[in-house]
Amino acid sequence: MKDIFVLMEHRRGEMRDVSVEMLSGASKLGGTVVAVLLGKDVDAFAEKAAGYADKVLYVNDAMFENYNSEAYQKALSALIKEHGPGLVMIGNTAQGVDMAPALAVELGAPLVTDVTALEMDGDKPKPTRQFYGGKLDAHMTLKDADLYVLTIREATFTAEEPSKSGEIVKVENPVKEEITYRKFVEYVEPEVGEVDITQSTLLVGVGRGIREDKNMPVVEELAQAIGADLAASRAVVDAGWLPSDRQVGISGKTVKPKLYLAVGISGAFQHVTGMKGSEVIVAINKDPDAPIFGIADYGIVDDLFKVVPKLVEKVKELKGA
Amino acid sequence: MNMVVCVKRVPDTAESEVHIDASGKDIDKSRLSFGINECDNYAVEEAIQIKERLGDSTVTVISMGSKESDEVIRMALAKGGDDAIRLEDEAFAGGDGLATAKALAAAIKGLEYDIVFTGALADDDGYAVVPAALGELLGVPHATYVKKVEISEDGKKAKVGRELEGGLMEFLEIELPCVLGIQTGINEPRYASFKGIKQAAKKEIAVKSASDLGLDASEVGEAGSWAVLEKFTLPVVGEMAEILEGDPEETAAKLAGILKEKGLI
Repeated sequence: MKDIFVLMEHRRGEMRDVSVEMLSGASKLGGTVVAVLLGKDVDAFAEKAAGYADKVLYVNDAMFENYNSEAYQKALSALIKEHGPGLVMIGNTAQGVDMAPALAVELGAPLVTDVTALEMDGDKPKPTRQFYGGKLDAHMTLKDADLYVLTIREATFTAEEPSKSGEIVKVENPVKEEITYRKFVEYVEPEVGEVDITQSTLLVGVGRGIREDKNMPVVEELAQAIGADLAASRAVVDAGWLPSDRQVGISGKTVKPKLYLAVGISGAFQHVTGMKGSEVIVAINKDPDAPIFGIADYGIVDDLFKVVPKLVEKVKELKGA
Repeated sequence: MNMVVCVKRVPDTAESEVHIDASGKDIDKSRLSFGINECDNYAVEEAIQIKERLGDSTVTVISMGSKESDEVIRMALAKGGDDAIRLEDEAFAGGDGLATAKALAAAIKGLEYDIVFTGALADDDGYAVVPAALGELLGVPHATYVKKVEISEDGKKAKVGRELEGGLMEFLEIELPCVLGIQTGINEPRYASFKGIKQAAKKEIAVKSASDLGLDASEVGEAGSWAVLEKFTLPVVGEMAEILEGDPEETAAKLAGILKEKGLI
């Protein structure tokens, strides 16, 4: 079996979890697992990666201090051409998705993005991914090729304990020219609002099912009755019905309240990632197949506009009792 | 500033039940409503806002799809798009993200453009492949998950903010021409005016086939794709939620009781 390349993702001095997850997953597929690390003075990451990989290719260059898809693509494609792996695994992250499709085009390699499960048929991957916001699994068949590129969803593989001591090979930066057409400028932190929902004990999460701004009082009353803070899915924040500091999910906050009451939230992976650690999860949604019911402890399959006002009444009764 | 916006017509499945059809490779779309892909709607708005801000600009709308996609195209024209191209050919069917990008690139290559806007990902397949693949195919830089675009005074560069995990923004400087994959929430998409809709209804949408684009049928669609959908299955879920049965009065009472019992209220 050919080697498997796994791209190490890091940002602002931290190695991203998906990197170790992919190394752990790749180790179960058979074949030599090669961690590819591009960075500036990230020796500690090289050592960490060596605990999970058979070999670490480490390019130490100021060019890679901050992520730049153009620089990453050039370096990765040069290393791939030199070493000839059969599979390249990249995190399906804001970094990975910004680069992997361009890399696949450049190398003429099959690409499957956002892979959620992976089996191998010899050197050929048999990936599964999701369609329609997680409502269906799609089993993909790939045509024969010498090289395959996959982007892997976070938490697809479980990070194991380190059990290897791969050789760290320092490689000269194969990218000789300066990348002038795309330059990193700066990071800007998200705005801080009046309520820090990561500290809230009780949260009512509002989703697309609320449909209109004028319906917000329905969930506001519920939050007030319970004594919860309001949180939101991306759609509600995009629409401007709640400020961005209330957003739960990959691009928002990760919350672990005692209660997360999801109202009109279908439970796409992007949202669930940010709230699945809640102690008790309750979902109210009219679609019985909504993915949210797969992670909720209790569910009500019904029109939220009928259920929530009743719930407000019942909660008030019980609290008064 | 000459801009191109790529849009896709997709079924709205966020709030609807999704059923696999008899082929096992598609869904029953008979009871679904369709509309513009969510990110694409923001991409259209971004292009139109730039056109309004800078003046002397054009916005060309491109979509791959059957005649039914015209409604999505016309809505973008009604909001301020200037002209439109629809890519239609049986050969385009079943394409993966790279095959789709190939057809779009062939259509865009013949145009003068400073920025190509696309949505960051599609609501149906969620591939998120087109922005970066299109940049590579056109030989121009790209950025995706874009939530902020500021064009420089001289019109040669843009400062672009990309949304990363946790809401962190990564700002970068990119030379034009370029491809930008737009994330939802970058702006507030407008509704088309009645006047705009009337004007858009009269506009011509240029329809192009694979051969019009100089592409062989074997290069596009399923034939030109590396990855093909074999079948859909329902996701395996862990332990399902305990579903509380009854009318709203009953389910609400049961839930309130559970919350009380657990000491949550």
